[in-house]
Amino acid sequence: MSAEGDLLHTVTADHISDARKRLGKAMVWGTALLCVGLALWQTAFELDHVSTGFANWRPVLYAYMLWATALCVAQVMVRGEAGKRTLFVLPAALFVISLVIFPLLFALYISFTDWNLASIQGPQPNGWDNMVQMWNDQFYWNALKNMVYYVLAVGVEYAIAFGLALLLNAQIRARKFFRVVFLLPLMLSPVAVSWMIGKSMLEVRFGPISRIVRELGFEPSFFGTPEMARFMIMAMDAWTFIPFMMIMLLAGLQALPREVIEASKVDGATGWQSFREVIFPLMLPVSVTAIVIRIIFKLKLADIIINVTSGGPGGATDSVTSFIFREYRDRSNVGYGTLLAMVYLVLIIIFVTLLLKLVSRWMERPA
Amino acid sequence: MTDTAVFKDHDVDSTVRVKWWTSRVAIYGALILWSIICLFPIYWTLTTSFKLAPDVMRGNMVPWYDFMPRWKGWESLGISPRLIGEVSTVREEFLKRFWNSAIIATSASLLAVVLGSLAAYGLSRFNYRFGFMRNSDISFFFLSQMILPPVVLALPFLVLYRSLDLLDSQIGLILLYTLMVLPIVIWIMRDQFQGIPVELEEAALVDGLGIWGAFLQIVLPIALPGMVAAFILSLVLCWNEYFFAALLSSTNATTLPVMVASQTGSQGINWWSMAALSSAAILPLIVVAIVLEKYIIKGMAAGAVK
Repeated sequence: MSAEGDLLHTVTADHISDARKRLGKAMVWGTALLCVGLALWQTAFELDHVSTGFANWRPVLYAYMLWATALCVAQVMVRGEAGKRTLFVLPAALFVISLVIFPLLFALYISFTDWNLASIQGPQPNGWDNMVQMWNDQFYWNALKNMVYYVLAVGVEYAIAFGLALLLNAQIRARKFFRVVFLLPLMLSPVAVSWMIGKSMLEVRFGPISRIVRELGFEPSFFGTPEMARFMIMAMDAWTFIPFMMIMLLAGLQALPREVIEASKVDGATGWQSFREVIFPLMLPVSVTAIVIRIIFKLKLADIIINVTSGGPGGATDSVTSFIFREYRDRSNVGYGTLLAMVYLVLIIIFVTLLLKLVSRWMERPA
Repeated sequence: MTDTAVFKDHDVDSTVRVKWWTSRVAIYGALILWSIICLFPIYWTLTTSFKLAPDVMRGNMVPWYDFMPRWKGWESLGISPRLIGEVSTVREEFLKRFWNSAIIATSASLLAVVLGSLAAYGLSRFNYRFGFMRNSDISFFFLSQMILPPVVLALPFLVLYRSLDLLDSQIGLILLYTLMVLPIVIWIMRDQFQGIPVELEEAALVDGLGIWGAFLQIVLPIALPGMVAAFILSLVLCWNEYFFAALLSSTNATTLPVMVASQTGSQGINWWSMAALSSAAILPLIVVAIVLEKYIIKGMAAGAVK
């Protein structure tokens, strides 16, 4: 990012008439008024203050979209060349703000109500009741504890991914073939994976892996004990996501300066030494990026758990997301579920911020 | 190896040889082992979709050698040489889901690439000030959406969509998926645009194009491979998305992963039809991976190396 001034300089010699400016502003305010007016009317209709209204909130949505378009057009009308520049970022910014900020504020409100979709009356604010319930909810804390295990598993995935990246970076034939093959698991949907591996290959009676385990003289039981079940979930998730880290690390390896590695060879370093002293330190920035992104993805882990174990046995494999999913699916408990999700979001933000701080401090230190 | 010269039949020479061979064997052994780990589940699913019950129970693996491939699994989807000409409700159902997935994934990815490329270009070329937010803050704002877990948005959106009558509609899912992949697209595209020299646009501006003209006619064609990469990556993510689809769709807009998930519980040992369904769900992306592997790798590598 450039510090001062635009990277691409443009000379702005606009002569925008006052009438044009006024028209632009009028457009924005007019459509905004329309949107707010419609929203107020609809609220009044739903609260039975007005007898006529729309069947749903769609018209308000259309008015909002009209306002957003007017805002974009008005940028150019009012500010000319500078407005054209704003137009690059504005659509995406509006899109994200309207789809994230509003729902988040809404979620904040829901999370302090006792809203249950199954009950007839609407949301009733119930103060800190949800908080108290969460504090005493063993399953939620258990799910959080499981997330710690799941995140720690990223370390193992990283080691395997680094190994594979080194293999692909070695002097080998058919590199393209191996690269495609190693990439394939990432393409598969976690839902399909949970059937393919979790439900059929690990099936106790007929699954091929169960057969192998039985041949080896053990009794196959992959989801019986908590530790084993958790390990199986980790393994399946790792299977799909190792290619992701592998490719990032491979790109990093290919961008390494060749001279440095050759110089270390000339100086007489063995393979292991040149890896430990040269390649690994040089790869640290890429590694950190890959691990941080992987952890962020890991924090959303749910699909496989929902479909293979649905949290069992006894909540041993539950992730926070799958737990809240069931809280909604089985009990329609929107208010409480949303509170759990909001708490999780706060925890994630704290965790990721700390992680990034720690990483940047650690990276600044000369190796 | 300091004072012994390396000759053809010298001791040192043969140890070097042995070392070289062992490292070769180790490398290829590891490569093949991991290839098997990657490919076996896919092979298993594909072959199981052609098996009958006894084959599954006996654990037969190799087609034509220890079991005869049958179309039974695919017939349960209405897709087999015998049924392809006939009217089949199951096939209609399956094709509807498939079509939903395709439409939702492509439109969401397209929308994300358009919005994301514009934003990334603006952020890599101009300085903005929205209130207190500078360029780096705006970038961070976009990228920080990546850490937003889907659960936080899912329930508010459920309620919101209900009042907007967008529940169980394709548009509703498209909007959410766009939101989901937008940070990744911006991340990839910012990297792409930063790699394009500004002098190109300066020349275009001198020649009389506006900034939008320069962007559309000069920069866009150069950045096209990056955009394809971002598009493919988004496509993969959207096609496989399950969480939102499971919560926000019920009959009309359900996607393939939801269909697969809803069948897993009910089918019991009816493995052949599940295998056929899973194969049908994963095959399009396997084809994409094989044909467009270059772009996928490019997309994922983009942000990693700076």
